[in-house]
Amino acid sequence: MATLKLEIVTPEAKVYSEDVDMVTLPGVEGEMGIFPMHVPLITQLAAGEVGVRKGGQDFFLAVGEGFVEITGDRVAILTDMAIKAENIDESKAEEARKRAESRLNEKLDEAEVASVNASLAHSLAQLKVKRRGR
Amino acid sequence: MPSTRDIRRRIKSVKNTAQITKAMQMVASSKMRKAQLAALAGRPYAKLMNTMLADVAADTKDFSHPLMENRAGKKRCVILVSSDKGLCGALNSNLTREAARYDKDNTVFVCAGKKGAQFVARNKRKLAAEFTYKDAPLFAEARAISKFVQEMFLKGEVDSVEILYTNFISTLIQKPEVQPMLPIGELRGVQAGVDGGDTGVDLQRSGLEFQFEPAAESVLGSLLPHYLNFQIYQVLLEAKASEQSSRMVAMKNATDNAKQLIKDLTLEYNKLRQANITKELLEITTAQMALG
Repeated sequence: MATLKLEIVTPEAKVYSEDVDMVTLPGVEGEMGIFPMHVPLITQLAAGEVGVRKGGQDFFLAVGEGFVEITGDRVAILTDMAIKAENIDESKAEEARKRAESRLNEKLDEAEVASVNASLAHSLAQLKVKRRGR
Repeated sequence: MPSTRDIRRRIKSVKNTAQITKAMQMVASSKMRKAQLAALAGRPYAKLMNTMLADVAADTKDFSHPLMENRAGKKRCVILVSSDKGLCGALNSNLTREAARYDKDNTVFVCAGKKGAQFVARNKRKLAAEFTYKDAPLFAEARAISKFVQEMFLKGEVDSVEILYTNFISTLIQKPEVQPMLPIGELRGVQAGVDGGDTGVDLQRSGLEFQFEPAAESVLGSLLPHYLNFQIYQVLLEAKASEQSSRMVAMKNATDNAKQLIKDLTLEYNKLRQANITKELLEITTAQMALG
């Protein structure tokens, strides 16, 4: 069976690079499932969870906003954050979420709101992945 | 003629200095390795982004974006990327010499690193903002700088933006360099890594017909700011690697000099000690001869 080469890179490191059977990812216009032989596609990625199926097993990563390039045999994800589920520190993410939420209640200018929203999205994505299946 | 005690005191103080510079050299060399590795780690990202840019750009031939607008104005913004601390050889003075060439009235500076900000303040030039970045630069820090200058550009406060930083060529060679940032002219790839040069790489298309979701224009529109953020991030990494290696070399020279100085002083000390002993012996024998 054909496989997909999934690559997830952040500016700091190459987080993931393996052959997988299927990938689901949070596109800006909705969740997408990518199988091998998918039509070539470039899209934007919203913060959320990326699901990977490999050898009948599913696992998940939390990602930030970014871009995805899909060719028939490759999925390349370019994002500013990518953490595997097992590496997520739930209490830290929860703390970050609370901090971001409380900051949203303060008086902020536009740029600050955007950055707080981004970090809120990051922590929410992490929490979503971590709490999956509970 | 200094006494033996004076020389001993000097030897001691030089030894202390040597110890400090040696320690700083060690710290700088380990940080340098880390900085170089970090610059390398950005490479896959840069490569992927370049392919993506090429693919998107191929689909959007007559695309225009506010960030690409060429304006006739002369107001210029320079992002001066310097170090926070001194004791790193000629790194910062080389950088500020370049910075001093800019026209005083039409240039505003945005500084990353304290040394650059000090230069701007000392020379009474215009400072728009000062940013800091850590030993291991974070993407978020780069994003903050990039966002700030993009806003200045979009509001029309400046007509062009350049980055002045120290490019890391090798452990022994670092060169101050100017890299244009805004307006984005021709789309060039980000040159990643530590092997120097800001010439950009050729954009390699993957040669497929892509679909876009949402439209190609909108993807490119959000890819561009991201491209700028990454450009700044890469510059920060380069500057850090330059700073640490420059400091390591400077501290190595200082340690070597101190060692040479200790050697010379010890020789002088021994000579003086020998002379004193000979003198005393002479005095004793003369006294004995006078008595006998």
